Amino acid sequence: MAAESAGDEETPVVAPDEIREGLVAELTTILGDGLVESHIEPGTDVWVRIAPDRWQDAARAVKSMGLNYFSFLSVIDWMEAPEGRSENTELDETEQTDETPVEDAAVLDHGHAGGSTRLQVFARVESPTRHVGMTLKADLADTDPRIGTWSDVFPGADWHEREAWEMFGAHFDGHPGLRNLYLPSGFQGRPLRKDFPLLARQVKPWPGVVDIEEIPPELEAELEAQVMAAFESEQGEGS
Amino acid sequence: MTATSDPRQLSYIAHQAADARVNVELHTGDMTLNIGPQHPATHGTLRIATELDGEVVVRAEPIPGYMHRGYEKLTEVRTYPQVTTLINRIDWVGSFANEVPFILAAERLMGVEAPPRAQWIRTILFELSRIANISLFLGDMGVQLGAITPVFYAFRDRERVLNQIEAATGGRFHPNFDRIGGLKDDLPKGWIAETRDAMAKMRDFCDEMEGLLMGNEVFEARCRGVGVIPEEVALGYGLSGANLRASGVDWDLRRDRNPGLAWDQVEWKVWTHPDGDSFARYWVRLQETREATLIVDRLLDSLPSGPIMAKVPRIIKVPEGEAYVSTENPLGEMGYYIVSKGDLGPFRVKIRTPSFNNISIVPWIMKGVYVPDVITILGSLYFILGDIDR
Repeated sequence: MAAESAGDEETPVVAPDEIREGLVAELTTILGDGLVESHIEPGTDVWVRIAPDRWQDAARAVKSMGLNYFSFLSVIDWMEAPEGRSENTELDETEQTDETPVEDAAVLDHGHAGGSTRLQVFARVESPTRHVGMTLKADLADTDPRIGTWSDVFPGADWHEREAWEMFGAHFDGHPGLRNLYLPSGFQGRPLRKDFPLLARQVKPWPGVVDIEEIPPELEAELEAQVMAAFESEQGEGS
Repeated sequence: MTATSDPRQLSYIAHQAADARVNVELHTGDMTLNIGPQHPATHGTLRIATELDGEVVVRAEPIPGYMHRGYEKLTEVRTYPQVTTLINRIDWVGSFANEVPFILAAERLMGVEAPPRAQWIRTILFELSRIANISLFLGDMGVQLGAITPVFYAFRDRERVLNQIEAATGGRFHPNFDRIGGLKDDLPKGWIAETRDAMAKMRDFCDEMEGLLMGNEVFEARCRGVGVIPEEVALGYGLSGANLRASGVDWDLRRDRNPGLAWDQVEWKVWTHPDGDSFARYWVRLQETREATLIVDRLLDSLPSGPIMAKVPRIIKVPEGEAYVSTENPLGEMGYYIVSKGDLGPFRVKIRTPSFNNISIVPWIMKGVYVPDVITILGSLYFILGDIDR
């Protein structure tokens, strides 16, 4: 079966991936210039970027192409976190004063299939008969992140969009009810956005970096001798 | 006590009373019943707000979030090896299986491949956690129907599998055993024989469950034709695993999109059932558990020798890129979409958990069912709360 060799990771297929190229060609004939960009990793996966106003058409298109299994939908925030990666305490101390420097969209480093905005919605669909999957992406406007809903094509998108709404603040037009799914009602902020600080890491440094009381110098030599003695006796037992 | 003895008047009063009763019976709507957050059928703390009309559910709305731990945010401040500790706790009864797709996705980005022996042992432990997970369901389904005995058998026999997982990894529930490039350790001495023994016992357990529950008249009456999910609805909601296969979709990621583990090295069968009801979901899971014991046996037969770790740098930096890897976990398709920016830790991880999609069908499937069936349908969909809330 062709699909089995496509999913095989052990021997990286260098030859062009006909199955996935065919998928992209098929989607292009349906959507026209609604398909902005595509990226294929031969034998592994395929990414396409859809024009935001054609997002719902794309859902219908992939469903008609047999990719009718809805896997997930979510959002990526491409901005670098203003606090830096919080496990790195040095970074924290130097950059903590910076107040949300929203970078120019052009500076943002986007992943496969490119993009131009800070927030991007992405979704994955699969075909149980053709044994192939596809990741679709679309840009969300910086000022008013808003895009059409997929929930009327794939009912499973309902909850995923509710999650994306509460976690990233992306609006889905036509969604039957964007209510909080996980967070308590009245929660302020969009927790999965990069500029939402992970407070636990801000108030308490990464365990293991500091926290260790220094050994008094007069005890140090004695302790070291103890540890070495224990280590050597253990070595003796082992051999 | 009546104020009058006139028979005509008495008959009039009786008619009025009868009318009133009819009216009362006609108007039975607008009752709200909360199932959970603490209810044995919810495997954790899931609340389902149901609106009833008499005994019929008009609207059911699951309210998750009581156990939301924000793993997607936490992964952004962890290094890759640290993330496996977190994701162990997503589906806490099949923990090892949670680690595998994440490690595979990171390996794909790094271009690293674990040696064959490691892939074999991974697959074996994966199937063991499937057996440990689903055997709990096989017994628990009885509890949902009022039969207490099966769950005791399930807990008794699941222990054999947990002992094997513990013997190999050191952890009963949270092994944290998978590493980028291989595994932490090789198998201990005598493990293979003990595992074979445990697998034989698990097959006996499956036979026992088949006799105890599936042959039971009450079980059939409560499960046949209840909670039917047609194929196209199941696909649209993104149901996966046994829930999808019980609706007649012949799709198993182990066979159809094997991400490099040893499933394609042995013979086994994907079980499907055309009915899509609670009974079908139970039946498929039972067959899968038995099949998993056979997979483990066959993999043990062909276990290759060799190293269990590939050459990876001591400090793991994953190159820039994106990868989505999903595997057929005990509950369904579990996948990790990793976005890396060449750092020590991931830039963003989207965790696609099976129970999230499997439970999002509840508002659809619960419309018009009777209250007792709410419990059996929930039980048959089989979810682990940590797997919804992440």
